[in-house]
Amino acid sequence: MSGLHLFDSTTAFFVNRLASMKIIFGVLISLLFLSVFAYADAPEDTRQKEIQHLIRHDCGSCHGLTRKGGLGPDLLPERLQTIAADALFATIKFGRPGTPMPPWQDFFTDDEIHWIVEQLQEGRE
Amino acid sequence: MKHAIFRSLTLLPWLALAAGCAVAPDVTPPKSAMSIELRGTGDLGLVIERETGSVQIINTTQQKTLAAIQGLGDLSHASVVFSRDERYAYVFGRDGGLTKVDLLTQTIDKRIIQGGNSIGGAISQDGSIIAVSNYEPGGVKLFDSQTLEQIADIPAEYAPGKFSKTVGLVDAPGHRFVFSLYDGGEIWLVDASNRSDIKTTRYQNVGLQPYDALMSPDGRYYVAGLFGEDGMARLDLWHPESGVTRILQDYGKGEAKMPVYKMPHLEGWAIAGNQAFFPAVGRNEVLVMDMNTWQLTGKIPVHGQPVFVMAQPDNRHVWVNFALPHNDTVQVIDTESHQIVRQLTPGKGVLHMEFTPRGEQVWLSVRDENQLQVYDTLSGKLLKQLPAQAPSGIFFSARAHETGL
Ligand code: HEC
Repeated sequence: MSGLHLFDSTTAFFVNRLASMKIIFGVLISLLFLSVFAYADAPEDTRQKEIQHLIRHDCGSCHGLTRKGGLGPDLLPERLQTIAADALFATIKFGRPGTPMPPWQDFFTDDEIHWIVEQLQEGRE
Repeated sequence: MKHAIFRSLTLLPWLALAAGCAVAPDVTPPKSAMSIELRGTGDLGLVIERETGSVQIINTTQQKTLAAIQGLGDLSHASVVFSRDERYAYVFGRDGGLTKVDLLTQTIDKRIIQGGNSIGGAISQDGSIIAVSNYEPGGVKLFDSQTLEQIADIPAEYAPGKFSKTVGLVDAPGHRFVFSLYDGGEIWLVDASNRSDIKTTRYQNVGLQPYDALMSPDGRYYVAGLFGEDGMARLDLWHPESGVTRILQDYGKGEAKMPVYKMPHLEGWAIAGNQAFFPAVGRNEVLVMDMNTWQLTGKIPVHGQPVFVMAQPDNRHVWVNFALPHNDTVQVIDTESHQIVRQLTPGKGVLHMEFTPRGEQVWLSVRDENQLQVYDTLSGKLLKQLPAQAPSGIFFSARAHETGL
């Protein structure tokens, strides 16, 4: 049993290492993008509706329909406003390896992710 | 609107009947009540409409909606268990709500807010205790199934001051409940046979991030899926003293996993003969395991990442739905040949599937189409479409008699 346990913590260590490296990388990349696109271009109306639907249901399956949290932490404005927008951008774009938070870069453009971060930080539905 | 009218028509006679019974049970019901149809609940079910915080009561014989009941709060990821007489449905909501719905009078019998953020529940072997699993604050609470009064609080404190989200809560024979600690990596076995002396056994270091679990249909094996590493954790309830064993540990070692856009569910683990079919995490595969040897015997490539893998009651076929972006499709696998024998495209957001007790129909919730779809399992033909507001879980009353559901 103890051998098993040791093995687990080594795996976890590598997973975490990988995760933090990816996060740093993600933050760097996102800073690069931020300097180019200082403001998020809001998506078109129909696309906005699609994204809002996705946030509600597909982010909602882990973060709660009303963003109060589930398997993932709550995504309420009070808490998210204390976290830098580019860190949130990186989390959404690249996910957090080693946790269930998946990367969303195949679903959204960078502009759309910036817009999502704004929606979340301002608590807009 | 239609539902509301329908309900007001049916509700009154029922209440009249109920009132009549309460006062003088063996008196013949008044004439007005005689004219209404008496019925059982074995062909009824509940559909969660998570957007509107409502549930529909449906009838699988008539394939229609009987009533819609409002006011159940945040129903994302809601689940349902049934009383052993199949009259009451207990709905566990995300906002910590525990709602007892009367399928006959089509009303809310009782509703409490029992915790901050709940994720599921179970009903004890004798039907007397409801257990609710909570994320926030992490732990499990037990309630009397009649009164919804709290019997016990079991905080999932896995280290001093650290509480874990609890997942995979099921009932087990012997008035027991089993659940897993997502953050703590533990399995807890609760013996509730004596209400005034609830006993909890902890199994530690079972694996990283158990995310869901299932009970074998006979209530013997509790198996938790691990998100943080490969393999699963198995507890043999015939031999709880033997501890938790890791199974399928070598599966997928070193293979890159794809991101998971929706956590798979193990509730519907399909066991057909000696084979168990279950969803791979982060892979477009359904896995097959031999239940005698606990070895992996097959990997069936499927259309996307599976979410639910459910066996038809006759075990002939296994039905699979998928995570984003493949959640518009359902595939049907032959349990003998492991071939995909049918593929359906019901529409975007197929969230759940439920079979009628003997399996001639399957009901699908198609969230983005705002529809329930009923299929004939033999021919694969669409029999009926019913309107529903962003439907998610579908739960039929026959679950009352199944261990681990
Ligand atoms: C499969 C489950 C899952 C889905 C789906 C999911 N998340 Fe997450 N998310 C998580 C988990 C788990 C974490 C916490 C990761 C950790 O432990 O660091 C997280 C973390 C986050 C964070 C960081 C919060 C913080 O406190 O730092 C943000 C922001 C976030 N998610 C946004 C989203 C958005 C936006 C979506 C939808 C486009 C989404 N998530 C979909 C599971 C999920």
